[in-house]
Amino acid sequence: MEYTEIMARYGELSTKGKNRKDFIGRLNGNITKALRPFTAIRIHPKRDRMHIVLNGESAKDVMTALDRVFGIQTYSPVIRIEATDFEQVKAVALEMVNEAAPKAGMSFKINTRRSNHEYPLDTNDINLALGDFISDARPDLVVKMKQPDVKVRVEVRHDGFYLSYLTVQGALGLPVGTAGKAVLMLSGGIDSPVAAYLALKRGVAIEMVHFYSPPYTTENALKKAKELTAKVAAYAGPVTFIQVPFTEIQEEIKEKVPEGYLMTVQRRFMLRLTDKIRAQRDGLAIFNGESVGQVASQTLSSMAAINDVTTTPIIRPVATLDKNEIIAIARKIDTFDLSVQPFEDCCTIFAPPQPKTHPNLEKTRHYEQALDVDALEDKAMANLTISTVQVGDKFLGQNADAAEISQLL
Amino acid sequence: MIYFDNSATTKVADSVLDTYVKVSQNFFGNPSSLHAVGQKADDLLEQSRQQVAELMGVNASEIYFTSGGTEGDNWVIKGTAMEKAPFGKHIITSQIEHPAVINSMKQLEKLGFEVTYLPVNKAGFVSPESLAAAIRPDTILVSIMAVNNEIGAVQPIHEIAKVLEKHQTIHFHVDAVQAIGKGFDALLREPRIDFLSFSGHKFHAPRGIGFVYAKSKRVFQPLLTGGGQEKDMRSGTENTPAIAAMAKALRIVLTDEDKKVAQQLAIKRRLLAHLQTKENMVIFSPDAPNFAPHILCFSIPGVRGETIVHAFEQKQIYISTTSACSSKKGVESSTLKAMAIPNHIAESAVRVSLDDQNTLAEADEFIQAFDEIYNHFAKLYV
Repeated sequence: MEYTEIMARYGELSTKGKNRKDFIGRLNGNITKALRPFTAIRIHPKRDRMHIVLNGESAKDVMTALDRVFGIQTYSPVIRIEATDFEQVKAVALEMVNEAAPKAGMSFKINTRRSNHEYPLDTNDINLALGDFISDARPDLVVKMKQPDVKVRVEVRHDGFYLSYLTVQGALGLPVGTAGKAVLMLSGGIDSPVAAYLALKRGVAIEMVHFYSPPYTTENALKKAKELTAKVAAYAGPVTFIQVPFTEIQEEIKEKVPEGYLMTVQRRFMLRLTDKIRAQRDGLAIFNGESVGQVASQTLSSMAAINDVTTTPIIRPVATLDKNEIIAIARKIDTFDLSVQPFEDCCTIFAPPQPKTHPNLEKTRHYEQALDVDALEDKAMANLTISTVQVGDKFLGQNADAAEISQLL
Repeated sequence: MIYFDNSATTKVADSVLDTYVKVSQNFFGNPSSLHAVGQKADDLLEQSRQQVAELMGVNASEIYFTSGGTEGDNWVIKGTAMEKAPFGKHIITSQIEHPAVINSMKQLEKLGFEVTYLPVNKAGFVSPESLAAAIRPDTILVSIMAVNNEIGAVQPIHEIAKVLEKHQTIHFHVDAVQAIGKGFDALLREPRIDFLSFSGHKFHAPRGIGFVYAKSKRVFQPLLTGGGQEKDMRSGTENTPAIAAMAKALRIVLTDEDKKVAQQLAIKRRLLAHLQTKENMVIFSPDAPNFAPHILCFSIPGVRGETIVHAFEQKQIYISTTSACSSKKGVESSTLKAMAIPNHIAESAVRVSLDDQNTLAEADEFIQAFDEIYNHFAKLYV
């Protein structure tokens, strides 16, 4: 079926009162970005829905792209037919019923809405005319008003008829950016990309903070974090990736802090640095992928000892999810296979054999005093590497020049 | 010079050799090394794999690089035997397989496996019915070639696959060495096939390189154990220059494949049309959809195949007795023998094998030379 436009319905944002205009504007912008590869389309935002006119672009591909835009409740592929061509309306309505109700005994209904009151046929006339036509062509079907198998929606507007029968659930959530901006601590594991996805879903624009410790961690670990960011960018648009040099701090901690507290002190540094970056980037909160009790650093005692360094809101979207639930989301957003690739990351390399699962806050503070925290952090902050990651960017396996390889092959 | 012995081997294409040289110079690192020089070579290796997989319509994880067709055949057959011996020790193959298959089977027989060698009919085809009849509860592997290397008979792979649909635990291996770039895409993509083996030098890649397709989740044992390359399935430092060269050669041979196949078929038809006008000729490779477009096997009964080969050689035209692998040993063709062709005819068989470099003009030159040779021997023998 040659669809001519996609009609997207807004979700929760319908309830957001006077902010509505901003929300629609933001969603419009996000949809425009997500659909940038489709140069022919035109977007017309209206009060409670958005019309995306395809102008020949593939409805299927556009719908796949829309599946990743938060703030869309549902969408429908629609066929527009000239107001003068009622025969064509009948033909298309029948084609839709044939597609959706291939088997005998299934039920259908025509649901007409008319905003063009000058059109000579009224709602009932149209319902009857189309219903009769379809019943004649498909005597094996039954008409049913309540919960039919197929409901063909017909809208009569001033510029023509709009027919649809499919309603697809969108990505739900709120348009990215409407909830403000935050930074997210991205390790490279399974959990943090999922946390990023969930933050985006609630409309939070995120920037990634990644700690890099060469030569203890390989460049592949950094590339993996960037490639995960590229996956998340499918939902976010281009994402800022902030790389924090962490080797010197880790070495200093390793030298001066007792083994049982290495991890706790290291985590406090990470959080303090992330908070400084957040302030610098005008973020309002910190997100991470911690899940209660999953590892030593994620017990409530550890969280308390680590969280001690800031009063900034720290949001942990996966805090209460089981690993299996997190993995299910990771698979859905296509980060799982990448996350499980085995490269050392900065969390595992200095992990002592038996970290404290219940670190004592006072002791933690005491051990940390052996270090020149400010000097170390200032140095790290002065050497941040900031880049932008786009959806589809590749980093792993890009050691050789792509053009050189393609010439060879 | 006319080279009509492309089923024996092909000339390495200049652009393919160029890749081989450049990779040897600029991507010399060991793909297993952690450092950038090694990782660069690893990128090339994996992109080569990706390209081969895309060209074959399979996943990159299903492609393994080998040293060629012989290794591929040995590996799949013995690797399956090792893996599945606890479930059964019966294997089915045909009497017309390449020696790499036949002799792997002979070796397994010495180790206690039982092998059924399916016969072929007079035209050179295995029958799916005879396969169905040979299957036993302890059958673990069926290995049947796609295109016979001696006469070009295309075996009924789809029909065999249908028989095997009912026997999902049996591994199905297809030696596809002669089938690549010859218009058999649909045959090689038959979904029931579990393993395919290929050889690079049959399509203008260098010697010493080939690849195996192994369907994901089909388990078999490695033949070469060691450093764990190729996901622990085929150890040995990867032959990166040859692998990249083969990936390129494969791309080239599959570009405009239809056109190239049509040209080879046109040459074969012109040769056939002429040979068929001669008295006393025996043609083993007719113009039919179940014969490959590039192989033409025929006999001038009474004249030994080697004599014909040398007579053409004097005119700088290079053909072969039925297959290069057995041609020096002077044994008569195993395929023709399996087809129950009388010895004196089988001994006279020669094979013309074409590729995309050959032209119709060469066919005309061949025909002229053929007539001289034919008339010369007709006086002596017929």
